[in-house]
Amino acid sequence: MRAPLLSPDAAGLACPEGGFHVDPWRPVPRAVITHAHADHARGGSDAYLCTPGTAAMLRQRLGTVQVQEAGWGEPVALGAVTVSFHPAGHVPGSAQLRVARAGEVWVVSGDYKTAPDGLSEAFEPVACDTFVSECTFGLPVFRWPDQGAELARIRDWWAGCAAAGVVPVLGAYSLGKAQRLIAGLAGAGPIAAHPAVEGASAALRAAGYPVPDTLPAAPPLPPGALVIAPPAALAGGWAGRFGPASTAFASGWMAIRGLRRRRGAERGFVLSDHADWPGLNAAIRATGAARVLLTHGTTAAFARYLAEGGLEAGALATAYAGESLDEAGA
Amino acid sequence: MRRFAALFAALDGTTGTAAKVAALADYFRTAPEPDRVWTVALLSGRRPKRAVAAARLREWAAEAAGLPRWLVEEAYPVVGDLAETIALILPPPSRATDRSLSDWMAWLAGLAPRDEAARKAAILEAWDGLDATGRFLFNKLLTGGFRMGVSRGLMTRALAEATGRAETDIAAALTGAWDPATTRFADLVAGAGAGPGADARPYPFFLAYPLEDPPERLGDPAHWHAEWKWDGIRGQLVARGGTVALWSRGDELVTDRFPELAALGNALPPGTAIDGEVLAWAGHGPLPFAALQTRIGRKTVSRKLLAEAPALLMAYDLLEAGGEDLRAAPFALRRARLAALVAGLPPGLPLRLSPELPFADWGALAAARAQARATGAEGLMLKRRASAYGVGRRRGDWWKWKVEPFTVDAVMVYAQAGHGRRATLFTDYTFALRDGDALVPFAKAYSGLTDAEFREISAWVRAHTLERFGPVRRVVPELVFEIGFEGVQPSPRHKAGLALRFPRMLRWRRDKPAAEIGTLAELRALLAAQAG
Repeated sequence: MRAPLLSPDAAGLACPEGGFHVDPWRPVPRAVITHAHADHARGGSDAYLCTPGTAAMLRQRLGTVQVQEAGWGEPVALGAVTVSFHPAGHVPGSAQLRVARAGEVWVVSGDYKTAPDGLSEAFEPVACDTFVSECTFGLPVFRWPDQGAELARIRDWWAGCAAAGVVPVLGAYSLGKAQRLIAGLAGAGPIAAHPAVEGASAALRAAGYPVPDTLPAAPPLPPGALVIAPPAALAGGWAGRFGPASTAFASGWMAIRGLRRRRGAERGFVLSDHADWPGLNAAIRATGAARVLLTHGTTAAFARYLAEGGLEAGALATAYAGESLDEAGA
Repeated sequence: MRRFAALFAALDGTTGTAAKVAALADYFRTAPEPDRVWTVALLSGRRPKRAVAAARLREWAAEAAGLPRWLVEEAYPVVGDLAETIALILPPPSRATDRSLSDWMAWLAGLAPRDEAARKAAILEAWDGLDATGRFLFNKLLTGGFRMGVSRGLMTRALAEATGRAETDIAAALTGAWDPATTRFADLVAGAGAGPGADARPYPFFLAYPLEDPPERLGDPAHWHAEWKWDGIRGQLVARGGTVALWSRGDELVTDRFPELAALGNALPPGTAIDGEVLAWAGHGPLPFAALQTRIGRKTVSRKLLAEAPALLMAYDLLEAGGEDLRAAPFALRRARLAALVAGLPPGLPLRLSPELPFADWGALAAARAQARATGAEGLMLKRRASAYGVGRRRGDWWKWKVEPFTVDAVMVYAQAGHGRRATLFTDYTFALRDGDALVPFAKAYSGLTDAEFREISAWVRAHTLERFGPVRRVVPELVFEIGFEGVQPSPRHKAGLALRFPRMLRWRRDKPAAEIGTLAELRALLAAQAG
């Protein structure tokens, strides 16, 4: 029996036949990166391969590193295997990685969501034998509402804040979530962005993504402005500079009332860059894979559920954080 | 339920007290009359009996959602709330039902007497007609325990605002046993709610704050009255117009459970209300709390139990005499009248005046406090002699100064995720002590650490799980905590043969290895010392 095409080692998910690691958490000779979030794209490796959209962010975050870019579906030969990137719909530029050797195809999902967000390239299912899938929200309690409905709820809250003379401060990941919100809310009023958010927005604009311009988040704000900032800034009291504020978070975890209350936010909007329960199940079925290996999330329970449905399923130990609630933010 | 759901959304969408009071006051002014009464009932903890066991609800919800039962069990600790878990997993509704809150409450009351198949069909049908928020609220009504982030004090304030009545009058009007199904809102806030014991309605209890500063800060000792803080059930005995009622602090009528105190009430002059502590008492001192516990759960009291754990009212205060409300009078005066009342009663009644502990200076009082355990008390009460009898927990005039807790260092052996805002965090721990070579679980605790510590320990638990039993994880016995507790009592139900009173974590002993934890023998010795 041949060795598995991909398996975890001390540095990450390794492909010995291709001589690379996918999203390694330690420095390696060649790193293939699915997307630019910090838990998937770490510094210190000798060479990187990723999509152009991810490369823009990588250069902004890691400085001058050796990055090879590959467009959507473009085959790249690495050692004895061929790899290609396919849209994951997680954040702009985020990819699933297809790895093929004679007679066998694996797909590593990276982080993904199946519903379009208006800015990221929409998720495309890729046929494979083995699907390495994230399952951050792999429980049936996670079903995302329609994005349009959540954006409408945000606009209502924003208007209510403006009428009450308080500043609405919305916590959202700097890369991806923030730009998705800026694009979705543009036109409803002035939006001011935290420097970390603006840094990611500028890099994405330079890479060709239509991220609307925003104001710097510094007092005095124009009347009726919405502030978008990373969750950590809200936790650190950064929002205090604007005077009376109403805080909110945009995250999949906000679907759970207790978690929202724990964050101490007045409002929670259910907007995730990860697939919900129906999305995960649909994505897995669409690959046609007979075997599914799960990373970050409730891997054991989801593996058991898939196994009861007739798939070969197991968990892979990784160091990815997924959409974390307490450490990196919402 | 739309109006009620809107209230819930308004309360849930703000962390500000003023905004909550405003939303509630608006509701109490404009919502349909019977819904207001039910809302007051729910927010003051008066909920209908559970019509369906929680286990059945999980089962039916899993079935309706087409999910295996075990997967629902996996999801529950992540959500941390059963009503919410069920609301989240059910398939989208196929119809829209609109019933008012009071209609739903009547519907629920009609559910209880039906057989299980009928109850199941009714609940599945109800779920199918409600949206996500509606289902969550409906499930909360079904399972009880509805808090909505509103304290009783906040609700009282909102009612006062909505009706133009004084807060203290509202607080008094809401006491006692009234039935939301038959009470009108106007009667309720006017204090005319009927029900058992209505003629002998209690006054809202005045509660003390824990003393954290040194007592010297309280100033001149001459202004303060000190007495034991007895470890029983706070109660109010009211005798009015031929009716006698004993009330516990939760406004529960417990007269039937303590017939000897009901008999005492008959000996009191009409128009009397005494605030005190119900204790199990033998000879010259209180029996351990465990003895009183045998009396709490029983509606009918056997002669044997009456002899084994006779109850006594330790009187603290006199709130009403000769039908006159004394609460605005200074404590010193109320106390003097109480002493005179007790002295004038025939001997042999189960009533004592809680003795005053005279002290010349704060040092002497600290020395008295050190004797509390030997007396069977849990510390001291300090009351300003000039103070009125207030409502609720207020700082300034009454303080409780409890003795330092007992402590023991123990190792965590099991961890379980918390509920509500603690969902997904491991916050409920089981601790073990050494017994020879074995580690024996002896206590559970879930409070006393900071949020940051709970997060750190949760990450540790995930990485050090040895075994999983549903939501419970057995972990490597490595983390040591200092456990504080108020006492120990025998308990054949527990593996350790004993149970702690009020166990909580005092601190995480990062400095201490598991090899240096305490032993079960220490607690057995303590148990023996208490019994002797």
